[in-house]
Amino acid sequence: MTDSIAAVSLHGVTKRFGEDVVAVDDVDLEIRDGEFFSLLGPSGCGKTTTLRMIAGLEFPTDGSIEIYGEEMGISPPNKRPVNTVFQSYALFPHMNVEDNIGFGLRMQKIDPAEIRTKVGEAIELVQMTGMEKRRPNALSGGQQQRVALARALVNRPKVLLLDEPLGALDLKLRQTMQLELKDIQSEVGISFVYVTHDQEEALTMSDRIAVMNEGRMEQVGRSEDIYDSPGSLFVAGFVGDMCFLTAEVVEAGAVRLSGGEIVRARTSDAAGTSVTLALRPEMLHLYAEASEAPSGRNAVKGSIARSVFNGGTMFYEVDIGAGGSFDVRVENKPSMRRWDMGDSVVVDFHPEAATALAQ
Amino acid sequence: MTLHQGAVARPWVERILAINGWFVFAFLYLPIMVVVVFSFSGSSNVGIWGGFSLRWYDQMLGNQQLMNALKNSIVIALWSTVIATVLGTAAALSLDRYRRWVGRGAFDGLLYLPIIIPDVTMAVMLLLWFTQTGLVPLGRTSITLAHIAFNISFVAIVVRARLAHMDPEMEDAAADLYAGRWQAFRRVTLPLILPGVLGGALLALTLSLDDVVITSFVQGPGATTLPVYVFGLIRRSVTPEINAVSTFMIAISMVLVLGSLGFQRRSEKDD
Ligand SMILES: Nc1ncnc2c1ncn2[C@@H]1O[C@H](COP(=O)(O)OP(=O)(O)OP(=O)(O)O)[C@@H](O)[C@H]1O
Ligand SMILES: [Mg+2]
Repeated sequence: MTDSIAAVSLHGVTKRFGEDVVAVDDVDLEIRDGEFFSLLGPSGCGKTTTLRMIAGLEFPTDGSIEIYGEEMGISPPNKRPVNTVFQSYALFPHMNVEDNIGFGLRMQKIDPAEIRTKVGEAIELVQMTGMEKRRPNALSGGQQQRVALARALVNRPKVLLLDEPLGALDLKLRQTMQLELKDIQSEVGISFVYVTHDQEEALTMSDRIAVMNEGRMEQVGRSEDIYDSPGSLFVAGFVGDMCFLTAEVVEAGAVRLSGGEIVRARTSDAAGTSVTLALRPEMLHLYAEASEAPSGRNAVKGSIARSVFNGGTMFYEVDIGAGGSFDVRVENKPSMRRWDMGDSVVVDFHPEAATALAQ
Repeated sequence: MTLHQGAVARPWVERILAINGWFVFAFLYLPIMVVVVFSFSGSSNVGIWGGFSLRWYDQMLGNQQLMNALKNSIVIALWSTVIATVLGTAAALSLDRYRRWVGRGAFDGLLYLPIIIPDVTMAVMLLLWFTQTGLVPLGRTSITLAHIAFNISFVAIVVRARLAHMDPEMEDAAADLYAGRWQAFRRVTLPLILPGVLGGALLALTLSLDDVVITSFVQGPGATTLPVYVFGLIRRSVTPEINAVSTFMIAISMVLVLGSLGFQRRSEKDD
């Protein structure tokens, strides 16, 4: 990552609707030049509102927004070097594909010959060749999505804003489009700000992710950081599968589970603090005896309470008595040892795989 | 568009419904058929067939008063339609798009008043207003103003219905794609609500051409419109000329209705 000027920066941005709706609450954010940045959060957390403020479709109640160092103030959307792919695509139904894509260029009074070339290139980029004359209502969801993307990209904005662009597509198409979008982003090299409530999608596509909750930024970081070291209970619960155990910090790097077992974990709170221990099911391993488990890690005794076969993976719930239960996921392969209900097992995990989070 | 798959109706239910349909149809259109047929009758007696003749149409065209009334009707209808369409569309847009102006709620309620209150009341109000203020002499101008007054409401209702199911993100998208306010309206909003605007305009045109009550109150001694003139004719004497005039008016209405159906069809196709 270069040290260049930020593509978009938000300083203390707050957006209120009326007296008591605070859609975005005192947000500071820096989106870097050329990165694929995702805003991830549950429905109603303020993702769209944040995006609309960057686009100029909404203005902050408080705080300021800069795009490539330029203070935006209340400059209208048509004066900003950004374009948007809307959640509902918002294609103009009375114009064909070509005219939709060329709309922005026509509004900027670009020379018609140049418009034709650029529109042609954009159509090629999103693989819509041959459908130039079709109206949006004669296109499938995926095709409309491509047109919406082309219509925004053809203007070569400095930043492209995408509001859940794949939300309306079925799973298969969504996965294909995720990869395509990522390819297109690296091809054109502009910063993408991508809104989604799908954590898997965010992890797959993003260079960095901001996890939002109730108008605030919970955590901002690289996909790996968000997944491997969630900074809050909310992030831990929202991104990926997680199993939670209540615990109490004994000393730096060690916690006591409710059942009394002491395990080593990543802690940041003082001794005596009640915490929740968060563990990824796929980072836990099962052994019959503690002696089989690798030394220098954590080993907690328990018994199999439930098992669910899920095709690629096998999922076990391991009861550890008063301490609660672990969720363990094991990849399905021929060498895999199968456990039956009631089997005594030892759950093994690396201290780095357990994060103690303040409640 | 969605296809509704209702339960399969039993045959006799279906038959009764079909028969009912034909009854309604006959009830509505038989009188019209009678008028149309007898407008081509050569007899001077309204109800007696006297062989095919265009005699009454000839007489109609030769009737100077009637032709004057027709001309007034057309001029008044056109002016009131154009002005009411512009004002009604503007009213609909401001109500739909700008939610926070002072007096919006009152305006919203009052806009539909002309549709709700009886024509006579409206007519008396307008007549009093014209005579009390003395700003406009009674005549073509006062009729036109009166027609604009009630047509604005109808246009606004039709345009608002259209606006209500227009995605507000359309305008956001236009603004995002470098369109200024005027361009966004001209290139995106207007084309999208055009079927509603034209539908409203046709409705206004029809209502203006049809109006008797309000026009007869505010017309003054000078000018009159076709329907008011015909109403006067009937009171004096019924000649088959009335049939010819009626047929002529039906023809105009048919053209307008077909036109509005066409726009509706188009607007449905766009969605
Ligand atoms: N124009 C508005 N007027 C009043 N409240 C609004 C308005 N727009 C958004 N809100 C509120 O602000 C909050 C954030 O909305 P926003 O649309 O940003 O959520 P989101 O994260 O995009 O959700 P989703 O994933 O469902 O699209 C919500 O509580 C919403 O009800
Ligand atoms: Mg949203």
